[in-house]
Order: sequence, then structure tokens, then C-alpha cells
Amino acid sequence: MNNRLEKLSYIKNSGKKTLIPYIMAGDINLDTTVEIALTMARSGADAIEIGIPFSDPVADGPVIQKAAARALSSGIKIKDIMDSAARIRQESDIPLVIMTYYNPVFRYGTENFAAAAHDSGIDGIIIPDLPLEESGHLHDVLKEKNMAIIPLIAPNSGNRRITNICDNAQGFIYCISVTGTTGTRDKIKTNLQDFTSRVRKNTSLPVAVGFGISGPQNAAEISSCCDAVVIGSLLVDFIYQHRDNAQFLTKLGEKISEIKKALTPGGEHVACT
Amino acid sequence: MSLMPDSSGYYGSYGGKFVPEILMPALQELEGAYKKAKNNSDFNKELQYYFKEFIGRPSPLYYAPILSKQLGKAHIYLKREDLNHTGAHKINNTIGQTLLARRMGKNRIIAETGAGQHGVATATAAAMFGLECCIYMGEEDIKRQSLNVFRMRLLGAEVLPVYTGSKTLKDAMNQAIRDWVSNIENTYYVIGSVAGPHPYPLIVRDFQKIIGEETRQQITEKTGRLPNYIIACVGGGSNSMGIFYPFLEDSEVKLIGVEAAGRGLNTSEHSATLHRGTPGVLHGSLSYLLQDDDGQVAPVHSVAPGLDYPGIGPEHSYLRETKRVTYQAATDEEALKAFTLLCRTEGIIPALESAHAVAAAVNTAPSLSENDILIVNISGRGDKDVNTAAEKLGVNL
Repeated sequence: MNNRLEKLSYIKNSGKKTLIPYIMAGDINLDTTVEIALTMARSGADAIEIGIPFSDPVADGPVIQKAAARALSSGIKIKDIMDSAARIRQESDIPLVIMTYYNPVFRYGTENFAAAAHDSGIDGIIIPDLPLEESGHLHDVLKEKNMAIIPLIAPNSGNRRITNICDNAQGFIYCISVTGTTGTRDKIKTNLQDFTSRVRKNTSLPVAVGFGISGPQNAAEISSCCDAVVIGSLLVDFIYQHRDNAQFLTKLGEKISEIKKALTPGGEHVACT
Repeated sequence: MSLMPDSSGYYGSYGGKFVPEILMPALQELEGAYKKAKNNSDFNKELQYYFKEFIGRPSPLYYAPILSKQLGKAHIYLKREDLNHTGAHKINNTIGQTLLARRMGKNRIIAETGAGQHGVATATAAAMFGLECCIYMGEEDIKRQSLNVFRMRLLGAEVLPVYTGSKTLKDAMNQAIRDWVSNIENTYYVIGSVAGPHPYPLIVRDFQKIIGEETRQQITEKTGRLPNYIIACVGGGSNSMGIFYPFLEDSEVKLIGVEAAGRGLNTSEHSATLHRGTPGVLHGSLSYLLQDDDGQVAPVHSVAPGLDYPGIGPEHSYLRETKRVTYQAATDEEALKAFTLLCRTEGIIPALESAHAVAAAVNTAPSLSENDILIVNISGRGDKDVNTAAEKLGVNL
């Protein structure tokens, strides 16, 4: 049985770069979330991360914290978010990945959560507070449903940890560009070339870099040493700033196209820091 | 029943390490450093030195004659953690962890605080050892506890307001974790309760178990035997773990933890995690948690700011499951009554947190006989609470 995330490996093998934008589900409202996702899919996104808000997001910086608080204040439930994912899936084959914290999954019941995600056309799950040591059970549950846990690797993860994490991985590997929380940075201090090459030694899966990306130019720089870039806070903030603009979906589409264009090899050559 | 967590940091099915990948190397480093320090005689000598000379340990086990008489026939003793330097049991742990941080070569200390007691105790230890110190505190708590904020600043700590979520203890802890994730190289995070990811629940319990060890020796010296009951309040659960732990294997000693029932267990305004919570993951460990059906953490309430926390240490969840500890709950009103009772009968103003333990003693003692010994842990003094108490008792200061 194929998982849609295999598309990322095809893109990698064709020498192109993958763009993975993030959306906080229910920020503004869930109908808008569906429209945002479909706009992103049409404008050059290769996969989409859908954030399920959590009351206590310890891995997130201020932009995503506030988006989560806005989404939760409207009273949305996990079930509503799954229904919205299913609506996106009806219109598009784009790979969909849920990003959330472990407690909502645990409380929903891991089996129930996996079943709901599967039925909504979700392909993988990213859980920033579920390290390898705690992920065995969920890994097995998701595998039953042909879904992946996308593991996170940090710049300070030792080589032996990286090997162990990669051994269990499916879909793609998510490298955190900074030792810190999500959110744009003026400068990423990590030696990404060294970091991603340590990861690549252990896996043939696509290697994505996320956290801290500040714009198209920065995304282009980073993409020269990985296969995919994940962009969260930058877009969450963009969406929030432009929410009242009648042309906001058009503007968002242009933003996604601009970033995607910057990633395309053959564009302006930039060195990976 | 096991007295130690397994190698993954689980007490039965509770505990573990649910943290971002960035923190995993730091937790492994901490675990290694703590194992070494725990068995190192220099470290233990140093710890004992500061316990005695700086904190003023051992704290007395005081026989409360008038309270005993008022409540029936049992003999009630009070473990006086309120007499420690900085006014509560919190300092036992902050001295221990700061010594550990120093051995690990960390020059920056961070901590979360609710009422400010753990913040003051951390700022105190950092000042004494000359370390940089940042304390995260919810904006709401900063307003409620301005005196402790000033104390921390006097001690040279930077107090950083937290404006997110409920703007109280749990949000301060979120922000402290974010700081740790961002400054992992030089920073040591001093968690104030037996909560958080492994090895914190173990480390904090070990630094607090001095309370129970002293109690055991003192009651044996005074009465020639062990007590029938030990009562302690439970928020995250550090003072109670500290006094319970050395008695866990003495099945004849009944252990009672007291949660905050706030405005009542049948309202939504309490912080009685073991009474009304369900298993969940918050701040790095799997334990009981007050949450909704979707796993969103619930707002909590207690008149005692130190009990105002939606989670509880994983070892308590285990001790409840094994039935080794019985958990009761006391309302704001019961705690306030007990607070005034202890002031009038024994001349001791307890912290509102500790007043919850006194309230449980008020309910328990009358059914006991003259052969029964009951110990209440007075985990802190109530100076910090006099404004709240005055307001609740309708007195205009």
C-alpha cells in the first residue's frame, strides 16, 4: 500500500526541492483553513502540515502559540479538524501531515486518533514532544493504518541517536534548524551543511529543515543542503496579518509561489550556511 | 510496589520523558550527572552542610498540645518545614539542584514559579552560589504575589512575566521549558516539584526526602514508634513525596495526600487532579491531568497558589493506583478555617497550601484514639498569604 508521502521521495530523486507549508487549523475558522490548504496546494506546496492546536505548546514560539490560542478560543474540536482535513482530501491528493502535541492524541485514544486521521486522508503525524523513546506504541498503531510518524532531529542530537531515529523513520526526516522554539530568526547559527549531512548518512528518506525560516531568500539558502523546507510561523503570521484583505487567498498563493520559485534549482544560486 | 522508577523513568505506567528532541541530550546529561553526584561523598557532604548551616535543618517535629486536645484524643505533631530559610520546604530542592548545576558547569539557572516560593528559593540558592538566575512567573501571579516578586529581584534574579495562556504556574513552566530549549548549553532548569520529565521527579523527591527521614528519626526518638498517620498537601506533590517516601514500606503508617478542592469538587473551580483528572501528558510526563475530552488542559483554581496546578507528579499517580497513599481534598473554605485554627491554637501561621493538610487532620483526628499519632507536614509559613487571608476573612487591611 502506498503512502502519499512517497511523492516527496520522487521529488527528491528528480533533483527538485519540496515546499511544506504549515497551517494552524481553525485560526480564523475551519472553512478558511480548507481554502488556505487548497490555495497552497494549487500554488506550489508539495505537502501540507496541519496544526492541531494544543493549550500548552512548549516547542512553539509566540506566533504559533498565539495562533493556537485563537483557534482554541473558537471552541473547535479534533473531530472538526479531521472533518476539514477530509474536505481538503476530497479536492486534492497533496500529502497531508498533522502536527500536534502528544496529549491531544493520547487523550483522544491513539487507536481512535489513528483511525480518524486515516479516514480523513492524513498521511503522517509530527509530534514534537514525543521523542523516539516514547513513540513505540503510536508508531505501531499508525503503521497499522499505513501512516508515518515523522521524526524530529535536533542539531544537538548525537550521531547514535540520529542513527536510531532514522532506523525507525518513514515519510521524511524533519531537522530542526535551531536549538530553540518555532519562529522566524534573523540568522540561523547552526551549521546546516554539517547537520544535514550527519542525518543523510543514516537515511535515504527526504531530509526537511524547518524552524526559523525568515523568507524566500533564506528558504532558498537552506534548501541547498536539504530536500525540503518546512515553513510555519512566517506563513501563520502572513495569514493573520492579511486576514481582513479581500484578496488574501490570492496574496497567499503568490507568497507560496514566490517561495517555491526561490527553491527551484536553476534560480539564483545561493550557498548553504 | 516499587520504590524506584524503571530505567525509562516510569513509576508503574506513569512518568517518562515527553519532551522535544532538543531536550533529550540534556536529560541524559542530567541523569548521568545526578547518578554520579548521588553516590559521591563530597556532593553529599556539601548538601548536608548547606542543609544544616544555610537552611537550618533539621526542622523541628513539634508536638501540638492544644490542637491535639481540640480535635479529640490523638497526638498531633507538626513537621515544621515553615521554619526553613525562605519559609518553606522548596529550599531543600533548590539547594540540591543548584549544587548539581554547579557540578555540571552550568552558570545560568532558570525556574518557574506560581506563588513565588520556589522562585524565591531558587533565587536564594543562585545568589548564594553566584549564578545568573531567571524566574518565569505568570502575569496573574505577579499581580497576586508582588512581595515575592520583589524578594526575587532583591536576591538578584530577573523575574520574567509570562503573558500566555492562563498566565499562571503552568504557563510559567511552559515558558521555562522554551527558555531551556533555547539555551541548552549553559542553562540548568530547576523544576520545583516532583513533576516534569524523568529524572526530575526522582531528583526532586530525593532532595525532599530529608523531610521524611528527619520525621522518622524524630518521632521514634520522641515516642519510640512510627506514627499512624502522615498528612501532607499535594499540588505538584513535592512536600508530600518528601515526607511520604521514607515511610512507603511501613504499611502500618497511613499516608494521606490532600488536594485542593477549591470552590468544591463538583464545581469546575478546583485543582484536585487525582480526584477529577484523567491520565494525560503535560510538562514532560504522563500522569493524571485536569483536561477536557480533546486533551486541552483545563483551567484550575485554589485559594493556595502553590496548589493551583492542573497536573501532579507521576509517582503520586502510581501511589494512588497501588493504594499506598489515600488522597483526600479540602475546599478553600476548609483550608481557611484550618489556617485560623492553627494560628489560634498553636501560634503558627501556616501557608494556605499547608492549611489544606491541617484541614484533613481536622477531619481525621476526631475518629482516632489516644494511642494514635498523627503527623501533619507544615510545608511552609503563611506570611505570604496574609493579604489573601484578610480578603477572604472580610478584613480590610
